[in-house]
Amino acid sequence: MDHGRSGNLKGRWMTGYVIQRFASAMLLLLAITAVAYGLIYSGGAEVSRSILGELATDEQVAAKNVELGLDQPLPIQYGNWLANAVRGDLGRSWFSAERVSDAIASRLGVTLSIVSVAILICTVISVALGAFAAVRRGWWDRAVQIVSVIGEALPNFWVGLLLVATFAISLRLFPATGFVPLNRSPLGWLSSITLPVTALVIGGVASAAAQVRGALIDVLSRDYIRTLRARGLPENRVILRHALRNAAPAAITVLSLQFIGMIGGAVMIEKVFALPGMGTLAIDATVRGDIPVIMGVLITMALIVVVVNLFVDLANAWINPKARLA
Amino acid sequence: MSIIATTNLLEVDDLTVHYGKFQALKGVSVTLAPGETLGLVGESGSGKSTLGRAVLGLAEVSSGSIRYLGQEISRLDRAGRRALSREIQVVFQDPYTSLNAMLSVGDILVEPLLVQGVNGAKARERVQELLDQVRLPSDAATRLPREFSGGQRQRIAIARALAINPQLIVCDEPVSALDLSTQARVIDLFIEIQERTGVAYLFISHDLAVVRAISHRVAVMSGGKIVEQGPADQVTSAPKDDYTRRLLMAAPVPDPIAQAERRRARLAQAGKVPA
Amino acid sequence: MSTVDLEAATTPAVATGQDRAVLRRFLRNPLAVIASLVFLTIVLSAVFAPWLAPYGANFTKLALVTAPPGEEFLLGGDGAGRDVLSRLIYAGQLTLAGSFLTVLVAAGLGVSTGLVAGYFGGWFDRFGGWMANFLIVLPGTIVLVAMFTLIGPNIIITMVVLGVLIAPNFFRLVRNLVISVRNELYVDAARVSGLSDGRIISRHILSVVRAPIIIMAASVWGIAIVVQAGLEFIGLGDPTTPTWGSMLLDAYNNIYIGRHLLLPPGLMIGLTVGALILIGNGLRDALNGEEAIIVAPRQRVKDAARAEAAVPSVPEALLEVQGLSVGYAGRDGSTKTVVRSVGFTIARGEILGLVGESGSGKTQTALSVLRLLPEGGMVTGGGIWLEGQNLAGLSDAQMQAIRGKRIGYIPQEPMSNLDPLFRIGSQLCEPLQVVGGLSRQEARGRALALLERVGIADPHRVFMSYPHQISGGMAQRVLIAGALSCDPDLLIADEPTTALDVTVQAEILDLIRDLQAERNLGVLMVTHNFGVVADLCDRVAVMRGGEIVELGAVNDIFARPQHEYTRTLLASTLEDAPVRPPLVPRPPRRQNAGAET
Repeated sequence: MDHGRSGNLKGRWMTGYVIQRFASAMLLLLAITAVAYGLIYSGGAEVSRSILGELATDEQVAAKNVELGLDQPLPIQYGNWLANAVRGDLGRSWFSAERVSDAIASRLGVTLSIVSVAILICTVISVALGAFAAVRRGWWDRAVQIVSVIGEALPNFWVGLLLVATFAISLRLFPATGFVPLNRSPLGWLSSITLPVTALVIGGVASAAAQVRGALIDVLSRDYIRTLRARGLPENRVILRHALRNAAPAAITVLSLQFIGMIGGAVMIEKVFALPGMGTLAIDATVRGDIPVIMGVLITMALIVVVVNLFVDLANAWINPKARLA
Repeated sequence: MSIIATTNLLEVDDLTVHYGKFQALKGVSVTLAPGETLGLVGESGSGKSTLGRAVLGLAEVSSGSIRYLGQEISRLDRAGRRALSREIQVVFQDPYTSLNAMLSVGDILVEPLLVQGVNGAKARERVQELLDQVRLPSDAATRLPREFSGGQRQRIAIARALAINPQLIVCDEPVSALDLSTQARVIDLFIEIQERTGVAYLFISHDLAVVRAISHRVAVMSGGKIVEQGPADQVTSAPKDDYTRRLLMAAPVPDPIAQAERRRARLAQAGKVPA
Repeated sequence: MSTVDLEAATTPAVATGQDRAVLRRFLRNPLAVIASLVFLTIVLSAVFAPWLAPYGANFTKLALVTAPPGEEFLLGGDGAGRDVLSRLIYAGQLTLAGSFLTVLVAAGLGVSTGLVAGYFGGWFDRFGGWMANFLIVLPGTIVLVAMFTLIGPNIIITMVVLGVLIAPNFFRLVRNLVISVRNELYVDAARVSGLSDGRIISRHILSVVRAPIIIMAASVWGIAIVVQAGLEFIGLGDPTTPTWGSMLLDAYNNIYIGRHLLLPPGLMIGLTVGALILIGNGLRDALNGEEAIIVAPRQRVKDAARAEAAVPSVPEALLEVQGLSVGYAGRDGSTKTVVRSVGFTIARGEILGLVGESGSGKTQTALSVLRLLPEGGMVTGGGIWLEGQNLAGLSDAQMQAIRGKRIGYIPQEPMSNLDPLFRIGSQLCEPLQVVGGLSRQEARGRALALLERVGIADPHRVFMSYPHQISGGMAQRVLIAGALSCDPDLLIADEPTTALDVTVQAEILDLIRDLQAERNLGVLMVTHNFGVVADLCDRVAVMRGGEIVELGAVNDIFARPQHEYTRTLLASTLEDAPVRPPLVPRPPRRQNAGAET
């Protein structure tokens, strides 16, 4: 009975915690879109002219302004945009008249493909490498430290360029450019994402492995690890069950930052491999000044970031009773 | 500032301190005469350190008063507090974190002098005097705190407290981090300085034996209140209060025969049959 | 207030021995020195580009279009027929200056707001924290790409915006450091001394945050270089001035015909950023003091096995330690001995006290019996026998079978010795199941019985609790239950009551005494407290400087201490110190009139 009571109590606290984190995530999203909207549209006066070209008359420009809703005060513009955005309507591109949500939907898969696969591989390798370095120390440790400095120093898009030059152009093992959707050809998909994922993983592992190592070394020096050993528990169990779990919050934080960094870094990687992803969409829209598309990309990225952070909070609460029950 | 005709240096009256919702002090009253040592003893969470911090102006007072030479000091502004720093000083428990590891011992000792406008050669001279008073070598001024042992570092902290000749030093567990033999020597130093300069101590400790050795009077605290107060000898050897008695009986004495006796008495008092 | 603050501003930061020591350690690290020299060379070559570069940045020659490296043009020509080497040197200018601007903006904004937020707290701290959270979750690269719509190809403004986006890192670093320093006792002491806020910040706080700021600045500089190169690479840069990023774009555009263009700018970026990372690492190591000693755990076993295998002199003893020496490997390969030829025996049902001051080697002795010395520590001589079995000869796996089952361990700090992520019950059941081979149900029943035995009133509640939900005294009872869970014959207790209040200490000592009698345990009791020895022990060994100076029955040692040091220690106990004579009343000194008159 006692048992059940504290179980319920835990459940209630956890729900409260989830609601609180979710509310603050929504608030953050609202703030991001408001600031972005304000910044981008405050310079919007010239937009109609740049769409219509230099020869347009003032009347034509004014009419276009009314058509795009640019004649209204900024807060009202934002309110309209937000009301539509909540319903999934992000407007239409000023230049191609394509729906922004469609444009994003067709590009998001590409970016998420390479970034998700990269972060999964990166997690496995960096946890294994970091743990090995922390437990074995000595030679392994040195190797991880050296690799991490080199990996962090080299920009991942340059590594991508080297991969293209070597494996695609010289050796012709992989396609140099382009993307094959998973549902069209799984093998083609795999071969089209191998090089971009490799470029992302090399940089990601370099910094994540070093930080996993540091977190684990810190945990291994704690008093309770010695006490667990003194109880006669096997070393594997001490490390796998206790030390790794205690180092997990630090590792999750590092990997979530890596994920966010990779989403941003995908802009360069997509250019290197000419992948039709979110980054390419963003660059094209930026160069043309296609503001609804830029806003759409920005809010999608912000949404991803907010979801990742929410996930990190929940994962930490799940691992650490102190965060959950405080 | 007028001096009110009073023989007390410090008068704390019905003092209450809150940390958020937690009431750390619940109406505490103590007095301290010039040149006197009042020992404050209690377990963790008893509020003894909070009382010390309130006197130093480091803890916010909720109600009640603290008077120094008759003048209310519990709600002073920063300027008033700065003026009072000539009168009231502090020695903290941990000799490792109470000295800034980045500053040389000389810089640490000069700090309170600079505030009072003592500069240059005069300040250096005073630093030498202080090092001499606490029996540290005169070249100590140029060295870093980490080059000294725990006991020596506590001497540096004492020298800093003495720098501007205060009339009251709040000592917050100043010997509990020290080894046994060092502890005894530092307590001797405290007593010697008091006898020479007439400074008063508000001496906070969890250790009844330490408080007994240095205090004229002792106040026992528990749960934010004072449960017993009186002459050191009476409180520490024939306590009237139940809690004080338990505290006294719980501390093991370094003598196997006497301790066996004390243990029997304690268990009998608690209603347990001795093993 | 203002006069004192002015004075604080004009008082130069004290250059102390600490600074010099850090610099000395930094200069002793060859990697850091080389990195500094490389970085300095790169900066200088950018500054003196007009004198160093063989050609101008925009010098073009038709024959040079994607020309391979040759004698006249060492690195060949780019897609527009310009000299790659000259451009590489010139490109350092805008790359380094632009990224440095990011560092200045980020550090300036983050450090100033972090100082204020950390020191004064309040609404500014909450607002700053919220802003930092807001900025830090923005996907930076995308924001910069979007910014391009507003500001066009202006690398200076872009780098300033990047600085703002990175500033939260400095804000958080400085704020957290300041809060930890603000709670330091030396800042309290400075406040009691009457120092103004300005002076406390300049004397005590800046000196602590300075080095971490420099370390972070080095890493931010590297990040800024990479981000800038990335933006130039996707074509959002200023096309008129060369940077390493725009050179990479040129290489990308000519990837099929001029592959030699790829290496120089990429390697330049890698070299510069790598140097910055190594400088930061070197500084951090120098700040943390001597580099940690790295000894592979295997070495300990080897050394323990090498210890001379003698025979136990008292074969019937539960534990015999003979000629035990413990050392720590120094940096230079030397060994620092902390325990020297220590020997004692413990019979079944006997409590031996190991008493001494800090640094006497008592804890090291206890931990070497368990073979759980901290990293770098090793047994360098002597033998340890448990009922006649030589522990030094055992493998790690065999030793692990001894721990818990034959030897139990009670640590000093109750709270830090429980794994914070697991319920008390799970921590107690784990060894019962894994070491003791009990089923889940049996283990649960046994753990609850143990909790009840160590005097916990509500074992079910504690069983389901996490460590942070129970008090220190209760945690120590849980640890005692854990030490006894697999029925050991010998208990090693390392200052088990030092962290506890005196009334709790008495209860824990009672508990250990009862359990010891009940199970006929041998106990090695490490303590600095002669009261604890008098209360609990049958015999006592007094340690000083890694050696046992005196060993005997408790009654004998307290009544007739033989060794000078034992006598000094016993004389230092305050229990029978004289009470002070009554206070002679004296008038208060008049208030200090102020030192300035």
